Amino acid sequence: MSCGCCCTDNKSQELDKIIAKYKDSRGALITVLHEAQEVYGYLPLSVQKRIAEGLNVPLSEVYGVVTFYTQFFLNPKGKYKINVCLGTACYVKGAGQIYDKISEILKIKGGECTPDGLFSLDACRCVGACGLAPVVMINDEVYGRLVADDVPAILQKYIDQEAELAKA
Amino acid sequence: MIYRSHILICNGTGCVSSKAPAIMEKLQELLAANGIEKEVKIVKTGCFGLCEKGPILVIYPEGATYCRVSVDDVEEIVNEHLIKGRIVKRLLLGDPNVEDVSKSRDNVGFFAKQVRVALRNCGVINPENIEEYIARDGYAALAKAVTEMTPAEVIAEVKKSDIRGRGGAGFPTGMKWQFAAQQVSDQKYVCCNADEGDPGAFMDRSILEGDPHSVLEAMAIAGYAIGANQGYIYVRAEYPIAVQRLNIAIKQAREYGLLGKNIFGTDFNFDIEIRLGAGAFVCGEETALMTSIEGKRGEPRTRPPFPAVKGLWEKPTILNNVETYANIPMIILKGADWFSSIGTEKSKGTKVFAIGGKINNTGLVEIPMGTTLREVIYDIGGGIPNGKKFKAAQTGGPSGGCIPASHLDTPIDYDNLIALGSMMGSGGLIVMDEDTCMVDIAKFFLEFTVDESCGKCPPCRVGTKRMYEILDRITQGKGEEGDIEKLEILAESIKQGALCGLGQTAPNPILSTLRYFRDEYEAHVKEKKCPAGVCKAMLNFEIIADKCKGCSLCAKKCPVGAISGEIKKPFVISKEKCIKCGVCMESCKFAAIVKK
Ligand SMILES: Cc1cc2nc3c(=O)[nH]c(=O)nc-3n(C[C@H](O)[C@H](O)[C@H](O)COP(=O)(O)O)c2cc1C
Ligand code: FES
Repeated sequence: MSCGCCCTDNKSQELDKIIAKYKDSRGALITVLHEAQEVYGYLPLSVQKRIAEGLNVPLSEVYGVVTFYTQFFLNPKGKYKINVCLGTACYVKGAGQIYDKISEILKIKGGECTPDGLFSLDACRCVGACGLAPVVMINDEVYGRLVADDVPAILQKYIDQEAELAKA
Repeated sequence: MIYRSHILICNGTGCVSSKAPAIMEKLQELLAANGIEKEVKIVKTGCFGLCEKGPILVIYPEGATYCRVSVDDVEEIVNEHLIKGRIVKRLLLGDPNVEDVSKSRDNVGFFAKQVRVALRNCGVINPENIEEYIARDGYAALAKAVTEMTPAEVIAEVKKSDIRGRGGAGFPTGMKWQFAAQQVSDQKYVCCNADEGDPGAFMDRSILEGDPHSVLEAMAIAGYAIGANQGYIYVRAEYPIAVQRLNIAIKQAREYGLLGKNIFGTDFNFDIEIRLGAGAFVCGEETALMTSIEGKRGEPRTRPPFPAVKGLWEKPTILNNVETYANIPMIILKGADWFSSIGTEKSKGTKVFAIGGKINNTGLVEIPMGTTLREVIYDIGGGIPNGKKFKAAQTGGPSGGCIPASHLDTPIDYDNLIALGSMMGSGGLIVMDEDTCMVDIAKFFLEFTVDESCGKCPPCRVGTKRMYEILDRITQGKGEEGDIEKLEILAESIKQGALCGLGQTAPNPILSTLRYFRDEYEAHVKEKKCPAGVCKAMLNFEIIADKCKGCSLCAKKCPVGAISGEIKKPFVISKEKCIKCGVCMESCKFAAIVKK
């Protein structure tokens, strides 16, 4: 596995491409940050510096934007990003208990990552699937109509999947 | 190519999450296996609205609506319905015994009371195919506007329709357009607010996913009306499907010459770009949204100058909500008089609501303004599950309030909701039952605003935090005499002092719950009790000795060993050890455990 920082060559080439694509368009900083985060999984300072230089904006402004928006991360997330929806519909239907259960099983708090880098846990706002409340997203997979007792089996699925990968 | 059957399958977020794509794959596989893939066409549509019963698919020409379909049901649908022509009654939505299956859903209250204007194409067309939109009169309104009407006539029609903004505040759309049209400038912009920040609302998402062209068409009409040639759609990054469908729609519209240069052979040019949000609620506010499109921290600016004068990059700009736009083509095509014949005196047309929470039919509904909350919750929403009692309906998200049972018969419109201490907001409607603690709900919303306050102005940054701390204390059973009054004073000063709508409306959840549920606050503060049994700190689990059979199940289930006793004799819970998780109460077969 790569270290995930911006020293890896492929990634840095991709970053260059992204910067080149938006260099001349107005107000593109947020778009560039989104695409850079797609590549790196998060936005370490080294990447922010490159973007600042590439787009010719002060690093302070880049950092200011990164820290303003909750969708940009300064620290790496887990391989499986768990987002528990704490939007109103989900909250009313007991999403809090599900969040607590995940936190209890993985022994991490919101915003943290398990030591093995497998899971990270965050609360998020309405993902627009309120009809299925309460809702948990793990990467792009949506799990709906959950009760706290469903949690262990769902997490186990990913743990097993990892074990399979390790064997192969 | 002519097909003998069409299968419409919902590909909205709700149904995608409940495995619609897997059903589609299975359908394709079985159609091919039976050699009928050239006779039956599968159409991916947007949301039908009834997400609760998803995944939903409708088969034409019969018009049979199947609900809660699973991958295992597909074989039966193919063999029975598509091959033998027999309806699969067990999966039909509504009354399976009607003679005409297309009517099975008619007496499902959910559909009967709806009037679909903004959602006219959702669940009907394939949003990824511009021709299906055009076949439903799509882009005819744009053609009419640019070839038969002057910009002033377009604005006059929108003004006459009396449509008010669907994004929250309900500002008259025609007036907004007129202000922008009056400005003299080398460059103007048309923006679409698809940030949908209210946590618990997803109508904008459904429109973008189910009928993206209606928004593009309306933005072009707005561009023509005010003299702008560039549009921006600001979408939440959390809505990947919506973004993808918008991108497809923009590309197709350009290919068909409906966006770009010389639209309909006139000298009108208009193009649209998408900008992604990055998870900041305040960016739904108009000035913050524009700063964010400029690529900066999305902090609001003071108004005036209003965006219609100085907006995006300091140029005259209009911003409307997705649903507002979705109505515009219909107003131009069918006329202002038709539109304003729907609704109430001061609120014309329809409104889409996302109903969720403790209600049977969660989903998306579009109702004429003036429908009562009772109709929405009981006739359309199917009432409260598990025989529980209705307590309150929350509208307007973090800027709105809770409406109690005594006002269920109020007709829904902008002004009535404000009079009740709530607001229309963008259309989230969350139903709460007797198990919801109103202090806890107020705290939930305040936590949201504290989190989302951008920090620019002190009344909002500091004030909401103080209010949150007081609420937190009250829910921890540490409320003090005078706390409620402090909340009221803080609320008033924040309302008056905050810079933007976020802060100005942040106290509403507290004020409205105080107005209707003050006794609950008082019970927390004075008696240190949570009447709904939600606030854990004040909760005690007790075993009723008379009912306990001494089976020891609860003691085995208790994660912290807080329950002890002798078999066949009443057990007891140690208050010191109990962590109030409630596992014992759930496990007891004799209902011998209560929380107080
Ligand atoms: C804090 C805050 C958040 C807002 N969020 C949204 C939103 O998510 N979507 C929206 O359409 N309008 C939102 N608005 C309202 C917009 O500022 C603006 O009034 C609206 O987009 C104008 O469009 P309309 O006239 O078509 O409703 C928000 C306002 C405030 C103060
Ligand atoms: S509130 Fe959780 S999906 Fe909407």
